[in-house]
Amino acid sequence: MTANERKPEDDPELSRLAGKKREMPGGLWLKCESCRQMIFRKELESRQRVCPNCGFHFTLPGRERVEITMDPGTFEELFADLSPVDRLKFVDQLPYPEKIHSAQRKSGQAEAVIAGTGTVKGHPVVLGVLDFSFLGGSMGEVVGEKVARCCEVALETKRPVIFFTSSGGARMHEGAVSLMQMAKTCGALSRLQRNGGFSISVMTNPTTGGVTASFASTCDVLIAEPGALIGFAGPRVISTTLKQDLPKGFQRAEFLLEKGQIDAIVPRDRMRDDLARLLSFVQKPA
Amino acid sequence: MVDESRPRRVEALNSGLAFERPILELEQKIAELEKLAASTRLDLNGEIKLLRERLKRTIEETYRHLTPWERVNVARHADRPITQDYIEQMLDDFFELHGDGYFGDDRAMVTGMGKIGGRSVMLVAHRKGKTTKERLACNFGCAHPEGYRKALRKMKLAERLRLPIVALINTPGAYPGIGAEERGQARAIAENILEMFGLATPILSIVIGEGGSGGALGIGVGDKVAILQHAYYSVISPEACSAILWRNGERAPDAARALRLTSDDLLALGVVDEVIPEPLGGAHRDPPAMIAAVKQRVLAWLDELSAFSTTELLDRRYRKFRYIAQGVLAPPPL
Repeated sequence: MTANERKPEDDPELSRLAGKKREMPGGLWLKCESCRQMIFRKELESRQRVCPNCGFHFTLPGRERVEITMDPGTFEELFADLSPVDRLKFVDQLPYPEKIHSAQRKSGQAEAVIAGTGTVKGHPVVLGVLDFSFLGGSMGEVVGEKVARCCEVALETKRPVIFFTSSGGARMHEGAVSLMQMAKTCGALSRLQRNGGFSISVMTNPTTGGVTASFASTCDVLIAEPGALIGFAGPRVISTTLKQDLPKGFQRAEFLLEKGQIDAIVPRDRMRDDLARLLSFVQKPA
Repeated sequence: MVDESRPRRVEALNSGLAFERPILELEQKIAELEKLAASTRLDLNGEIKLLRERLKRTIEETYRHLTPWERVNVARHADRPITQDYIEQMLDDFFELHGDGYFGDDRAMVTGMGKIGGRSVMLVAHRKGKTTKERLACNFGCAHPEGYRKALRKMKLAERLRLPIVALINTPGAYPGIGAEERGQARAIAENILEMFGLATPILSIVIGEGGSGGALGIGVGDKVAILQHAYYSVISPEACSAILWRNGERAPDAARALRLTSDDLLALGVVDEVIPEPLGGAHRDPPAMIAAVKQRVLAWLDELSAFSTTELLDRRYRKFRYIAQGVLAPPPL
């Protein structure tokens, strides 16, 4: 109900889950948050940010995700200039525009989602990738708009759409407008589905709140990366509400698979191959 | 009346409704004078009349200047009419249909067929409960996945039977718990939102108290979305927002202001289509008047929406949410 909209920079728990704190730039070494072993940064980066020791999947920056998913040179970014607007004049400890600008400076992106078209092993697709490093991958008006447009481009061009998510949920700073993006994205997805489109959602660590409770859970095929935290409420809120410890592995991808909530778990190094295989069932490569 | 509601009033004053103190004191004074007049046969009519006028002015003045946080507390007022009151007073008949068909009966969501002004509708509504026992059984209006699945099942039935759907929203949010997550809370809500776009029957969604985030939206994809004047609709509760952004649960009043969650703000942003005015001093001062006002609007909307063909209805619903509260770009021309 509440923690769904937590942001990593505001929440040590989410930062930890996202591996953010331990990925501060500069250090040659960093500690895996899962096995606690020291890892050589260069090695981690050369292995698609999967821990060489325990296989933990670190949160992947959006650009790297695009790079390891799409055929080289095929990705054409769309709607990159859509920039958020401070409709509410939202101020907490900092004014919202300052948070936006700082996230834009750090990421070189206008918003938390990268959208575009390209091919995966020859299969033409529309791709939408949420970048956790941009305000926790939170969904405000622009993120919702770009997700909806991805569905529309998919419908117009008869391509499947693939979403990669990592998000704390809806963006509080846009109030009820961000809540409405849950409806907007589901509406666009519903239209795509009713017109014969095909959609794949890949939920990565962490995907919670309003993103899990909208387009990320309503695509035709639901995939998760190993160990990804996926849920509605954040684990800290649940343990605070219930005043009890949570079961081991709670809200992790393996737990969700066992409970019948997702269709498959696919490790990062097999993702491209498996996506291409899935796509081959519904379309022929161009 | 004053005497028996006293413990509740004390409770209310301690829970963010301090602004009601002058009103309650005047009400009490009037009640005391009336009692005195009755027992002593003194003619106090003049004094009582003056006090009543003062009371009306005080209520008007107080409710004209409510802060967003105070309105959140009005929306949560213990005497505010809730789903059970609407079922009893707005519907001529109601047949509750409990089954979700999968797991269990979620008391936090009530669904069933009802008659309103002689027409049949499907009601889906959050239930909070009146007594402490009921409130616990209903998890204070926080539904589990089975609640959302029950609602979806009944909404699909409504589509098949061509019954318009009336959704009453009043929840602090969907329940955050182990079982809820195991059974796919996020997915249940997401599927409701998505499926509501395809339901070929008119849908009215009315926020009657608390519109708590995704838990509210799970029955909120309406052709008409209305909110009562002092109800709120928000992406997150002011308390949780304060805890996260201010790292301090005490800043809920600031969070309530920042979130722009009041009915006027939501209307200005384009999140809701209409605000239903409340009786003077809030719905809790006159529940029958509040319920009558909602009923009148529901009947008018049912008339309005019955004019559309199924295709028109679904197209309009899609466009409404596709371009809802649009700030980045203007919607394309029809």
